[in-house]
Amino acid sequence: MKKKLMFMAIAAAFLGMAAVVPAQQAKLSGGVVKIGILTDLSGLYSDLSGQGSLVAARMAIDDFLKQEKNPFKIELVSADHQNKGDVASNKAREWFERDGVDMIGDLVTSSTALAVMPVAKEMNRVTIVNGAASTNITGKACTDLNVHYAYDTFALAIGTGRAVVKQGGDSWFFLTADYAFGHSLEKDTSDVVTAMGGKVLGAVRHPFPGTDFSSFLLKAQASGAKVIGLANAGTDTTNSIKQAAEFGITPKQSLAGLLMFITDVHSLSLKTAGGMYLTEGFYWDFSDATRAWSKRFFDQHKRMPTMVQAGIYSSTMHYLKAVKDAGTDEAKAVVRKMKDTPVNDFFAQNGRIREDGRLLHDFYLLQVKTPAESKGPWDYYHVRQVIPAADAAIPAAKSECPLLKK
Amino acid sequence: MFELLGISPQALYGQLLIGLINGSFYAVLSLGLAIIFGLLNIINFSHGAQYMMGAFVAWIGLTQLPQWLGNPDFVINYWAALVLVPLIVGAFGVFIERTMLRRLYKLDHLYGLLLTFGIALIIEGLFRDWYGVSGQQYEIPEVFQGTINLGFMFLPKYRAWVVVAALTVCFLSWYVIERTKLGSYLRAGTENPRLTQAFGVNVPLMITLTYGYGVALAAFAGVLAAPIFTVSPKMGADLIIVVFAVVVIGGMGSIFGAIVTGIGLGLIEGLTRVFYPEASAVVIFVIMAIVLLVRPAGLFGRER
Repeated sequence: MKKKLMFMAIAAAFLGMAAVVPAQQAKLSGGVVKIGILTDLSGLYSDLSGQGSLVAARMAIDDFLKQEKNPFKIELVSADHQNKGDVASNKAREWFERDGVDMIGDLVTSSTALAVMPVAKEMNRVTIVNGAASTNITGKACTDLNVHYAYDTFALAIGTGRAVVKQGGDSWFFLTADYAFGHSLEKDTSDVVTAMGGKVLGAVRHPFPGTDFSSFLLKAQASGAKVIGLANAGTDTTNSIKQAAEFGITPKQSLAGLLMFITDVHSLSLKTAGGMYLTEGFYWDFSDATRAWSKRFFDQHKRMPTMVQAGIYSSTMHYLKAVKDAGTDEAKAVVRKMKDTPVNDFFAQNGRIREDGRLLHDFYLLQVKTPAESKGPWDYYHVRQVIPAADAAIPAAKSECPLLKK
Repeated sequence: MFELLGISPQALYGQLLIGLINGSFYAVLSLGLAIIFGLLNIINFSHGAQYMMGAFVAWIGLTQLPQWLGNPDFVINYWAALVLVPLIVGAFGVFIERTMLRRLYKLDHLYGLLLTFGIALIIEGLFRDWYGVSGQQYEIPEVFQGTINLGFMFLPKYRAWVVVAALTVCFLSWYVIERTKLGSYLRAGTENPRLTQAFGVNVPLMITLTYGYGVALAAFAGVLAAPIFTVSPKMGADLIIVVFAVVVIGGMGSIFGAIVTGIGLGLIEGLTRVFYPEASAVVIFVIMAIVLLVRPAGLFGRER
């Protein structure tokens, strides 16, 4: 009898749970929140995003489940977009249509972000861009279901461009990666330079990815510009810097690395990169909060996080909280909630997602330390200036995004 | 002073010289491919990965080995690497030939291509897993630091050395294969292996060593490249397609063709970078398409 009672009690408990769980999850498509990290897992951006992005996303999911006491089931899937727009959009479609993915994160190359965003819009799903930088993502191509989280070329241009012109670097020549991101970075930086009274003497577009930059560097040398702006990224940038030194172009002319990640500085070594200015949306050694989180990341990934990887954590957490608060994973409701809730964590203080999808948060103008100034591994930057969120994004009045015109 | 489409002659000379430097890389790499194809009939798709291995092994010898052994004196410097690394990577090539490639000689070219392509992916994947893609830096040896003022440009001393070293190796290889007795055995062995074996020449051994030599050439180019380019697992994959185009244009298996076309295409690519940089990644393939239409066997190839 006792046994029977116990059995009934357990059965009732299970039934009760079964009755409660669906009630809570009723508004989740497929009964689960499915996050897809679409990133560069093998190409030249795989150090600044790649596996580290997956680590960050996994950390965010684990932390969320722990903090919120398992409110719903979360799945994480990942794929390599090979930095190709068509590969990315095909994968996104497959994920949305067949696998029920609710949100796609990362999207490292601007061409992949711009290819996936319309697919997500069509299928009513969320995209959170962390890796890509083109201002078109929240400009002409903006959608109401997209969030551009970590950084964009405008912020980079404002940070580095301004600082270099102020130091007397008032004539520029650009070495530009020949695709959406490079063009966007070149244009935004040119605007900053001319607005501050500097001159842009020319630009050369190099194929992406490239190996030998000496021909392009000679052109830049011949232009006589004081500053050679590197509107490229990853190994393209590190190769350009290395070869500029080899050809004796630096230090006569100075280089401005317009997009450099901490992984690039790590690769170049402080001896080569020391003294350069750069702009990032995150630096691990900025505050106690950034240090604490970064240390946890380092323990798992054995490298300090880039701003992209930190952004993945912060944005995934923000997304999951929005799903919980909205009580649904329906894209419009979730993005609405994300925009209505300020972001306050180690990544952004009083961050706010504007109607065009851009997260407004502070940026940092950094200067790479020389080997003598660095106290140890990954101690790479002086924080020279905090660029306030309001200055680091295209002013709403100048934006080409129709969502801001309402 | 004349100007051509807004380009001063100084700038033009500079660009031509850079074209020559890149051309020397293409020449060494395509030479290795051509030797392997000419004598083994194997399309060695892992050539790029072996080039990358060359650069990586050199970097490991310079920076990692002393740490592993806990003895800062145990360094393989640049000059030692120039000799040792091709031997090490060449031995790796011999291993691959002995254990795997050997089984494919009687089959279609396609099988060799697939196998070597697979090997390339595995090697690249391993290095990516170990060292990441951001790349490592290899210091330019002290003797070659600095530039020479040529009047029209500052030529880095190291690049001048690259041209000299690459062309010397190319010339020696060509000389051995085309002008010596050993070379005549090699050529006879590919023309008619059974008959050559009947004369008492150990053809299988010769083929193994040939593959090893081709791979060693790739590694040699890798060591030459290490101080100029970021040493990264991707460096070979970026280059290999261009090098294949060079071999196709020169004529599959033609050793002289590979060297001349390598240098020639380096120059043409350099010029494209002056006049229309956006097209510099495609120009070689445009030439390849034209050559294939007009002379399907390549510029220096023989119709079979």
